[in-house]
Amino acid sequence: MDDKIILHYEVSGDDFTRAGEASSDVKNKLKQMDVSPEAIRKVAIAMYEGEINMVIHANGGDITVEISPEEILMVLKDTGPGIPDVGLAMQEGYSTAKEEIRSLGFGAGMGLPNMKKYSDTMKIDTIVGVGTTITMTVAM
Amino acid sequence: MKIKDIQGLLEAKLVVDGGNMDLDIHYACGADMMSDVLAYLHEHSILLTGLCNPQVVRTAEMMDIECIVFVRGKQPDENMKSMAMERNLTLMVSEYRMFTACGKLYEQGMRGGDVRGR
Repeated sequence: MDDKIILHYEVSGDDFTRAGEASSDVKNKLKQMDVSPEAIRKVAIAMYEGEINMVIHANGGDITVEISPEEILMVLKDTGPGIPDVGLAMQEGYSTAKEEIRSLGFGAGMGLPNMKKYSDTMKIDTIVGVGTTITMTVAM
Repeated sequence: MKIKDIQGLLEAKLVVDGGNMDLDIHYACGADMMSDVLAYLHEHSILLTGLCNPQVVRTAEMMDIECIVFVRGKQPDENMKSMAMERNLTLMVSEYRMFTACGKLYEQGMRGGDVRGR
């Protein structure tokens, strides 16, 4: 793999059943590129958690994935409500998700901690009322 | 334990054959919260769950889970079945409740692979 490959996805906030389609597509593309199973797994899980968060909390958003020989960069951007207290949101078990979301199997307060756990670097830029951009990398 | 033996032990109905019925599985995870499943480390495991929606199949895909056992007789819909077929993921339905299904597997040597290695 010599060149950088850039993938872009728009994530709809309307249909929870379709959440994860972008992550699934990235996983399949990485498999075709001979990327290590460990890196694929880390990217898939970190991005899937981010994609679910976008649908649950921010009515969707967009995701850009850049694949280079050194790393996989994921930028997840939404124009949702923002995160008032990032430190609190990073605590395992803390969640502001509604009961309706919990009944669908998410909102256990593991989303951001899992994203941090499965990525090699993670940066959160958030402004309340404006939106959130999460940038993650996974080394090849 | 092979997936086909798990099916027998849990008296489960095979809904989608992912072509991996002879695969040996050593670890299982029982959960209704998919975020907990995503925090769980072992790949090539089976998932037992009472949750029945497309995100269960997608979570299994991300975690490289080989087989989903829906407990308490929960029936996956056609969309979930076709998603599983595309991903070579086995789906089965057991009438046992979660606690009993997990207990039966534990009794036969299946482990959860938690932090204490049990």
